Amino acid sequence: MSEKRFELNKNLAQMLKGGVIMDVTTPEQAKIAEAAGACAVMALERIPADIRAAGGVSRMSDPKMIKGIQEAVSIPVMAKCRIGHFAEAQILQAIEIDYIDESEVLSPADDKYHIDKTQFDVPFVCGAKDIGEALRRINEGASMIRTKGEPGTGDIVQAVRHMRMMYSEIRRIGSMAQDELFDTAKQLQVPYELVKYVHEYKKLPVVNFAAGGVATPADAALMMQLGAEGVFVGSGIFKSGNPEKRAAAIVKAVTNFTDAKILAELSEDLGEAMVGINEQEIELLMAERGK
Amino acid sequence: MRIAVLALQGAFIEHEQMLSKLGVPSVEIRQKRDLNQSFDGLIIPGGESTVQGKLMRELELYDPLKKMIQAGLPVFGTCAGLLLLAKKIQNDDRIHFSTMDIVAVRNAYGRQLGSFYTEEFFKGIGKIPMTFIRAPYIEDVFGEAQPLATVNNHIVAARHNKQLATAFHPELNNDLSVHQYFLDMIKS
Repeated sequence: MSEKRFELNKNLAQMLKGGVIMDVTTPEQAKIAEAAGACAVMALERIPADIRAAGGVSRMSDPKMIKGIQEAVSIPVMAKCRIGHFAEAQILQAIEIDYIDESEVLSPADDKYHIDKTQFDVPFVCGAKDIGEALRRINEGASMIRTKGEPGTGDIVQAVRHMRMMYSEIRRIGSMAQDELFDTAKQLQVPYELVKYVHEYKKLPVVNFAAGGVATPADAALMMQLGAEGVFVGSGIFKSGNPEKRAAAIVKAVTNFTDAKILAELSEDLGEAMVGINEQEIELLMAERGK
Repeated sequence: MRIAVLALQGAFIEHEQMLSKLGVPSVEIRQKRDLNQSFDGLIIPGGESTVQGKLMRELELYDPLKKMIQAGLPVFGTCAGLLLLAKKIQNDDRIHFSTMDIVAVRNAYGRQLGSFYTEEFFKGIGKIPMTFIRAPYIEDVFGEAQPLATVNNHIVAARHNKQLATAFHPELNNDLSVHQYFLDMIKS
């Protein structure tokens, strides 16, 4: 990836800001998501809640299914590949996907190395629990970051933990003396230049979204107020009673995330939310995949 | 002078930063009551035109903003903003403000792999950086609209009285000249 291409890929993430990216499994769901105001869709065969329920190895989706979704909508289409599975990423690039999510939701293909994303022209988004993971992924070529949260649970606690951790570390680095930055770079196992950027600008060098466990307009507003620049919603929409209405409400909640009066109206009569699972009740913590 | 920035979705903060570098304060328009503030021009940022178009209607911003633009409020649309101003979009039935005499083509350069950077001439300014992200272009101008810039034989910037539209994103580069052009347009 040339430096200019990396800029263009970061730029696309900038255009997604203030928006909601929705998981969809069929062209019909993709159309519902687009009509509800999604700024992009994530095409995958099974949403995280079903992946969790089914167990077993979870892989990249069938390219034919992804192409069907690309044809169904005019907004950007993203798709997931397994952590470290650069061949899956090559396939997604070949079908001109707009963004690849190297995702812990799928079974990792490599327990040591992430994909060298600098070798690709298409952009990558990666999950991160803290600033170290985020900067390591950016150094590998990711042009967008999201919290890992805990996918497929409808439980927001992990996304909150990851976002708070991210900003607490950004504030800490922001207030450091110049000479402390070198040691921080060493501790985080990332280049000094990335730490220096965070120190100077008090933010990540790329756009940062919330993901994992968002189920209600209030969840989305919470993440935005905690500093997210936009929101991914996975199982929360199509595992709920009224996907159209819930999707549209979450989109509006992200635009007016500080206006409690609007949020109250949006939260009314949404039907049943997805059935959540508490983090103590789950055996598989996807967020622990890929550090 | 004060400029309103439509802040429903997309890269609106980048526009606010450009204005701030030019010493001009901005206000964000997220809902109807935000229109009660006074402002001298409006910027419609890049993002997804489908999302902004939908939110604008549902948050009851569409009618009042359209009336203001028709009454002569200077407006500057980038990328999705260009699509919201166009009277016709070749490959999309959804039209929005429909106040500018241009025919646009949505996602005209294809998917993200078609996004590109170039430097070209802009009428009245000179050569400037241009970043195109899943961008539209202008297939045709008619009536009172005039082309301002062309890249590979496609019009990428146009003006129609006090309406300015670019297919590229001046807010993503450090060059302030297109924003300055818009401010001068307001003053003239």
